[in-house]
Amino acid sequence: MSHKVTIPIGPYHSLQEEPEFYQLTVDGETVTDIDVRIGYVHRGIEKVAESKSFDKIIFLVERICGICSTSHPMASVLAMEDVSGVEVPDRAQYIRTIVCELERIHSHLLWIGLAGHFLGYNTVWMWAWKYREIVCDIFEAITGNRQNYGMMKIGGVRRDIEDEYLPGIMKGMDDVLRALDMFKGAVLDDPVLAARLKGVGILSKADALSYSALGPTSRASGVDKDVRRDDPYAAYDRVKWNVITQKDGDVFAKAVVRILESYESVSIVKQCLQKMQKGPIDSDPKELPEGEGIGHAEAPRGEVFHYVKSDGTNSPERYKVRAPTFMNFPTFKATVIGETISDATIILAAIDPCYCCTERMTVVNRKDKKTILTGEDMIKMSQDKTRRMYKRMTGKELA
Amino acid sequence: MKILFWFLIIPGFLFTSTVGLLASWIDRKVTARVQWRVGPPVLQPFIDVVKLLGKETILPRTADKITFLTAPVLGLVSITLISTILWVMIADPKVGFLGDLIVLVYLLAIPSISVIMGGFASGNPIASIGASREMKLLLSYELPFVLAVFVPVIKAGGIIRIGELLSIQAQSGAFATNISGFIALVVAIICMQAKLALVPFDMAEAETELIGGPIIEYSGTPLAIFKLTRASMLFTVPMFLVVIFMGGIVLSFPGIIWGILKYVLLLVIIVLIRNTNPRIRIDQAVKFFWGPVTVLAILAVVLAFIGV
Repeated sequence: MSHKVTIPIGPYHSLQEEPEFYQLTVDGETVTDIDVRIGYVHRGIEKVAESKSFDKIIFLVERICGICSTSHPMASVLAMEDVSGVEVPDRAQYIRTIVCELERIHSHLLWIGLAGHFLGYNTVWMWAWKYREIVCDIFEAITGNRQNYGMMKIGGVRRDIEDEYLPGIMKGMDDVLRALDMFKGAVLDDPVLAARLKGVGILSKADALSYSALGPTSRASGVDKDVRRDDPYAAYDRVKWNVITQKDGDVFAKAVVRILESYESVSIVKQCLQKMQKGPIDSDPKELPEGEGIGHAEAPRGEVFHYVKSDGTNSPERYKVRAPTFMNFPTFKATVIGETISDATIILAAIDPCYCCTERMTVVNRKDKKTILTGEDMIKMSQDKTRRMYKRMTGKELA
Repeated sequence: MKILFWFLIIPGFLFTSTVGLLASWIDRKVTARVQWRVGPPVLQPFIDVVKLLGKETILPRTADKITFLTAPVLGLVSITLISTILWVMIADPKVGFLGDLIVLVYLLAIPSISVIMGGFASGNPIASIGASREMKLLLSYELPFVLAVFVPVIKAGGIIRIGELLSIQAQSGAFATNISGFIALVVAIICMQAKLALVPFDMAEAETELIGGPIIEYSGTPLAIFKLTRASMLFTVPMFLVVIFMGGIVLSFPGIIWGILKYVLLLVIIVLIRNTNPRIRIDQAVKFFWGPVTVLAILAVVLAFIGV
């Protein structure tokens, strides 16, 4: 006898910090299908960006995500520097790297905690977040804020790291290392956790590639991709570090990747602190020429992609953001189906989803309030827009 | 009149729920300290229940109303009854009747059954998944639990009266001091964790998966009764183990301290297990109980027959 039930996860659910809506079709305890609806926290950031000056956009995109709150500004300034070709001083490059890596540590610790919570292991949750405080304190010391640091600026950074903070940061990094050692022991060697996580929600390498998964989600499946190494920005090409990959692609592998990556981040921060020379932190460009630029940075969740088109005025003609979760959440189709409901939650959490970062557009038909534009509709709209723009710019119809 | 007093005041409803809520405060406080939090004040569990009693009770349209509302009461009544019988027995081992041990083992299953009833009666798909998990869990842990309870019975030479179990333990030492009794106690402690629906066996409620599972539709007074049942169980189930494995409590000056220590020891074990484990899946739980735990329980029974 087969009895199909739909289990709603969302729009508000204790599993997720943000509103989004999964419909799991289950047969007994086994998930047979998943339907994802997002769009509950759409904020129109791209449109707002088009009405702001370039300086202010950096602060705007910082608010896309509260957790990767320096990856978006990082990609944004990279895009704008791509337009203007401005040189960034060495010291600023190191400071950018330090801020980006500290963010990765705190984001990965946050994920470890949340993963523990989703498994009902609240002790891991609280402990991970306690050690994350060390990183937040360092942030408060060097940037003035625990989150939304406001460090990035076209052509440099806004604040220097004073020498008097260096011993404190070094000590903080040692404390984090000790905490990571503890988690490595407590999480990776725990037989019960292994039973819950190993072989669960496997994303094969082929699937990871075909869904274009990013960041730790893909690296756990053996896809050796990392923007920091493949297209180095900031000072990543001047320090020694490794890209962490795992073969299995299950939730356990994703946890391993995140924990081991945090070790690399600690090492990068330490190397940057040692290599950093005194010098200017800002080349202070005055204006942005006409042109297009892209910037991508490796956020804790994967590659963040920013595109900017400048028409020579002080605000962009078009601004485009792609957050990593946008590429990662379609992998649920490959990972959740066939698993049990108990595992569905941790699989959903394993990509470290960030919905409000992802949401760019949603269209709801107000008559039945259900119909949302399909993929074909979107492609058609996009093609129409290309035709219109082509006509406006060249005066000819696009073939 | 005397029995009604026993049932309602001491050692029944009032006493059990007060001590139970205190125990749940200890649980919450210790958990909080383990997790680097401050934790609630002593009165918080009481305040929670009183506040819930004053809240509106919402009946879901899909629910079977009579079953939905009687389910929590059933659980509370049965756990109160267990506590009453246990404490009357502790006070005077001669009271009691043949087979009261069997009655208690049956009654101990009823709080879980009330949760299942309430879950299915609420007509919510999430609640019914939670209830079906609770049912599978009940089926899986009852077998080793009953086997573990066999061990003291065999040790006492086939006696199924709690009063006599207590007097035998008073003469020749607690059953848990033997190898077989100790193994049975370990099995019973694992089953107790599942009975209390605490991590790692809280998959029926699973707040991050099922948002409370069977009790998702409950609010106001019925929810308060469920919470009270939970708290009373935190007191009564360990007491049951103290009585049948650890020699019970002697109601005299040094004896009562020892009794409280025995209970606190079990409570500490519960809190420790709960804070050092993630929630496991229901299929893993069934495999765990029917596999290693049942084997362990059978081993204990065999050892008890041999007389070790």
